[in-house]
Amino acid sequence: MANPSINTNYHRLKSSSPWWQNTNLQAFALFIILLVTILGIWEMGATTEIFSPVMPSASRTINDFLGWISDPFYDNGPNDKGIGINILGSLQRVLVGFFLGSAIAIPLGVAVGLSPVVSKAVDPFIQLLRPVSPLAWLPLGLGILKSSEGTALFVIAITSIWPTLSNTKFGVSNVSADYLNVAKTLGASRWRTIWKIILPSAAPHIVAGLRISIGISWLVIVAAEMIVGGTGIGSFIWFEWNNLNVTSIITAIIVIGAVGVLLDRILALLQSWVSFGQRNNA
Amino acid sequence: MMTSSAINESAEIFSKSTTQLSLKDVYKVYAGRHGWPDKLLRRTSPDYIALAEINLDIVANQFVSIIGPSGCGKSTLLNIIAGLDQPTQGAVLLNGQPVKAPGPDRGVVFQHYSLMPWMTVEENIRFAIETVFPTMTRAEQIDQVRQYIELVGLQSASKRHPHELSGGMKQRVGIARALAIEPQMLLMDEPFGALDALTRGFLQDEVARIWEQQRKTVILITHSIDEALLLSDKIIMMSRGPAAKIVEVLDIPFPRPRRRENLAQFSSYAELRAELELHLSRETRAVEESRI
Repeated sequence: MANPSINTNYHRLKSSSPWWQNTNLQAFALFIILLVTILGIWEMGATTEIFSPVMPSASRTINDFLGWISDPFYDNGPNDKGIGINILGSLQRVLVGFFLGSAIAIPLGVAVGLSPVVSKAVDPFIQLLRPVSPLAWLPLGLGILKSSEGTALFVIAITSIWPTLSNTKFGVSNVSADYLNVAKTLGASRWRTIWKIILPSAAPHIVAGLRISIGISWLVIVAAEMIVGGTGIGSFIWFEWNNLNVTSIITAIIVIGAVGVLLDRILALLQSWVSFGQRNNA
Repeated sequence: MMTSSAINESAEIFSKSTTQLSLKDVYKVYAGRHGWPDKLLRRTSPDYIALAEINLDIVANQFVSIIGPSGCGKSTLLNIIAGLDQPTQGAVLLNGQPVKAPGPDRGVVFQHYSLMPWMTVEENIRFAIETVFPTMTRAEQIDQVRQYIELVGLQSASKRHPHELSGGMKQRVGIARALAIEPQMLLMDEPFGALDALTRGFLQDEVARIWEQQRKTVILITHSIDEALLLSDKIIMMSRGPAAKIVEVLDIPFPRPRRRENLAQFSSYAELRAELELHLSRETRAVEESRI
């Protein structure tokens, strides 16, 4: 049984600092001040016409933003779809491309990480191709696949290979020698060592690679869709630009950011799930 | 002539049947740099002789400690016995067969526990059992896991992950995992080195208790004199490196089961302790002085 007097003392201690010293509240207040300042400068700049005439006012943007958000899934033909439909189209491409890329990158990364010979042999290719903007592959994709959908998937797959590949290689080749020695002293087979020791031990690095990959894929899909057209948030932005609907473009920027945060959070959850207890150096 | 050679032969067979592990003239040399590119770059270095002329016979069901100053190659010697490291020269024979690789006939307890952080206590031990006894049924495996968790007294922690355990509990899991594969001998590389003094004492008592139950051959690397005196039948004293050798093998005659509080009552205790103290302090002093 807990001692009641200790409990009351504890509560007194806890509530001793005044509410305005709470750092979370302070940060939130500062956030609100920054937001209001930015919106205020924007509104004044646009109404006094200091900004370029292309720039809409903050109030009109917020109004249009709420309009887009309130009905995200309407469909009035090929050039007039809700922002939700466009986002889902882009998301689907990113996910399919990402799975294709990861399906290549993870096994290849494991092979490269396990064998120094394969690593040395494959490394020049990786080094050469990794710094290339994935968009440089786009015309090649169009030429070979002759479809805008296929090309987008192709570009996203290429994009998501490199971070996953190098992280998988790092994770697999840096498994603690202690764990490998345990497997050796037990006489575990190569396969068993890979499945039961190397992969679980490398999992946090692999998922960190996947997290970077999906982030970059989400960056690249916008540019890729601007070029290949069709549905998707990238072509939405390009279409709205052609109609000079700048409020729609700003709306799209905010929505893209929000979805990007969501994707990153999901992968972060997966990462903390697979790195079970490994940060505690058990 | 005939009779004497026959006697010799039978004597040899007899010694083989009691000697479980034997090291014959084992050397471990780490090659230096003396190729022509190194000569060209003036960065040659001499070979480093870690272990020299190690001759050792270990009898089955004995508890043997290897004691020596830090860095003398004790761990290298244990890794060679475990098969994780190869001797540069000489032979390691286990039941007369040369040791070439690690194997489940030698259970290893690691200094830093080496438990898989993503597996629970139960899963860590089951991983070992599944690896070594793949033909065992699931029920038998689970039963064996339970049996060894009980042996080290960790029933209540069996579903926990290593990061939720104290250092002492982790090493008990390490010991259970090593014993669960039913090895012929247990190799322990400073198993209590990372623990505080009180936990260390508790684990030493645990190991003594478990050893009374199982009486497996144990080779324990340590630099604690008390630990060696409490647990061992034989203490092997090693000299400092480079070219670390076996200086002397002490027999520890105290009757079992031993209790740390009455060890001092045996007549040879003070003498053995003094000899170990003198050896270790002399060697350690020499190591430290050679570094200046």
